[in-house]
Amino acid sequence: MTGRGAPAGATLATRLASGGILGRTPFARLVVFTVAVFVSMTLLVGSDRFLTTANFQSIAFQLPELALLSFAMMLSMLTGGIDLSVVSIANLSSIVAAMTMVHVLRGEAGASGEAVAIVAGVGAGLCTGLACGLVNGCAVAFIRVPSILVTLGTLQLFTGLALVLTGGQAIIGLPDSFQWLGNGTLLAIPVPLWLCVGGAAVMAVLVNRTAFGVEARLVGTNPIAAWFAALPVRSVLVRTYVTTALVSSVTGLLMVSRANSAKADYGSSYLLQSILVVVLAGVDPAGGSARVLGVGLAVFALELLSSGFGMMRLTSFATELAWGAFLLLVMVINSVLERRGK
Amino acid sequence: MTSRVRRLLGRHELVLLVVTVLLSIVIGALNPAFYSLQNAFDLLKTSVPLGILTIGLLVVLISGGIDISFPAIAVAGMYITCTLAIDVRSLDHLPVLLAISTAIGLALGLFNAVLIHFFRLPALIVTLGTASVIRGALLEFVGTRTITNLPSSIIAFSRTNLFEATLANGASAALTVSILFFAGVAIAVALALRYTVIGRGAYAVGADLAAAERVGFNVRRIHLFVYGLMGALAGLVGIIHASIIRNANPLDLDGLELTVIAAAVIGGASITGGRGTVTGALLGVALMVIMDGSLVLVGLPSQWHQVFIGLVVLVSTSITALRTRSARAGEIAR
Repeated sequence: MTGRGAPAGATLATRLASGGILGRTPFARLVVFTVAVFVSMTLLVGSDRFLTTANFQSIAFQLPELALLSFAMMLSMLTGGIDLSVVSIANLSSIVAAMTMVHVLRGEAGASGEAVAIVAGVGAGLCTGLACGLVNGCAVAFIRVPSILVTLGTLQLFTGLALVLTGGQAIIGLPDSFQWLGNGTLLAIPVPLWLCVGGAAVMAVLVNRTAFGVEARLVGTNPIAAWFAALPVRSVLVRTYVTTALVSSVTGLLMVSRANSAKADYGSSYLLQSILVVVLAGVDPAGGSARVLGVGLAVFALELLSSGFGMMRLTSFATELAWGAFLLLVMVINSVLERRGK
Repeated sequence: MTSRVRRLLGRHELVLLVVTVLLSIVIGALNPAFYSLQNAFDLLKTSVPLGILTIGLLVVLISGGIDISFPAIAVAGMYITCTLAIDVRSLDHLPVLLAISTAIGLALGLFNAVLIHFFRLPALIVTLGTASVIRGALLEFVGTRTITNLPSSIIAFSRTNLFEATLANGASAALTVSILFFAGVAIAVALALRYTVIGRGAYAVGADLAAAERVGFNVRRIHLFVYGLMGALAGLVGIIHASIIRNANPLDLDGLELTVIAAAVIGGASITGGRGTVTGALLGVALMVIMDGSLVLVGLPSQWHQVFIGLVVLVSTSITALRTRSARAGEIAR
């Protein structure tokens, strides 16, 4: 824990000054931060209430939606962009999926009808995500509109389409067995958590072990250099936004299943939260970095915090305040330590 | 002469003006009620808060930054000021309330500037954080209940009209006095951007920060100015907003940042900095307000509203991007 070059038995002050106690890398600081949240919540709430299976079970059901959306956000930031439309893609996909399921179910009753409805619904939802991703990707890659503006427009467009499709009403009457995806357990572990871990694994391989991952990183680090190095910049960008959209629509399917209904304005607070998670995880919004494990850890820390706050009967407003304060604090600490390191 | 005409035609503002006029003609043809004096006054009234915020954001965008915390700042200014004025009756004078709310906004805006400038953090992320903190703190420590019995000076302000007319059918049309604030802000900012060192500096910093610093622009002062101005204007808008809707709801204005960014960008402001004009921003606001207020007039369900806004943002930013690309052929921008 002592800073580099600090003498043995260095005082707390010098260790603080060298950033040693806070960890030397953003990831190490995130670990310290998560442990600090965990310990303080355990102490404040009381271990008999906080360290219960029920609490972690409920965190395990809540965490995957935000985690998956954050992975989507992380991928868009890897290429130096941002995708503000992730939540609207999730909602539009979920609505198309739910409408398809309800429609198919009306035609075919019985268990086989349910299976057909679910397959058709999931397929329709993913196709919606694909289409949304292509719109974003093509506008960024070919028309070269800054991604923040493209996705600001498509955020409104997709949400608007969802509103037009539903008339603002919630869609209900989904197949009963579809609820398993969001509410069931497999080997005593919630299905959403399996989905989330699976998503994290796929994302880790995609980002770290594939040619696409390397290319995306290079495009994010320096698009002009990537262009002159004859990298397929446009294709990389289109694939990035399509993948981001597909992950978002999987999240949408999860949200439908968990709530057993679909609505145009579900989970709109997830947008800012997912940006917060990704930045907290140490991902550089300017591009070129991705940290799957960091994102997982940051989501976990924030969910611990909000569940602890909930148990202390603090409002969701206090949680919002704490999340924002942590974001600013972590960024300021990272900035100060980085400049000292130089 | 022809080159001048071509340059004029190529101006983003002119294209926007033509689009806005065409849209108005189409809407008016579908429903003549669009041309009524009352509708015009209503549109102007709706444009005041959106317009002032868009002008504020324009300056931030020109300097190469962004701010998504201003709706939270506006709500904080509005709600704290109204709560204070109800507890301390002696404060209940419009100039005092406006000054308090603007000062709250200014302080919060300067806080953004300090984080952005001194710690060199990305403005998007900083203001995302401060927005959470401001909203969370307001709702946790000040209150969550909507104030319906507003301070009497704000009520009086909401009833003050610049101009009133009785129409042929006996109905009366009135133009709110708050339009003067909008006009004042627009003119002052337009002049500041054109003729003051700090205004020219905002363009310089937005176009190339390192170059502006070397030329000798005081970047710290420019950052403090743009984010401080944005905050102060948001505080001002807080009180105007309360006077227009006649209550103070601490949960209000959520999501307004996206509408304001859209208006500024439709108006031709560059998200990467260095470009943007007050005229463009005003036309962007006009287009947004006309679309917003008129879909119902032409018989389209209000659900279509967001679809249109989205399409306009996409088309408008695409045009800007294509134009930039043809102007700077060969450069790889993203």
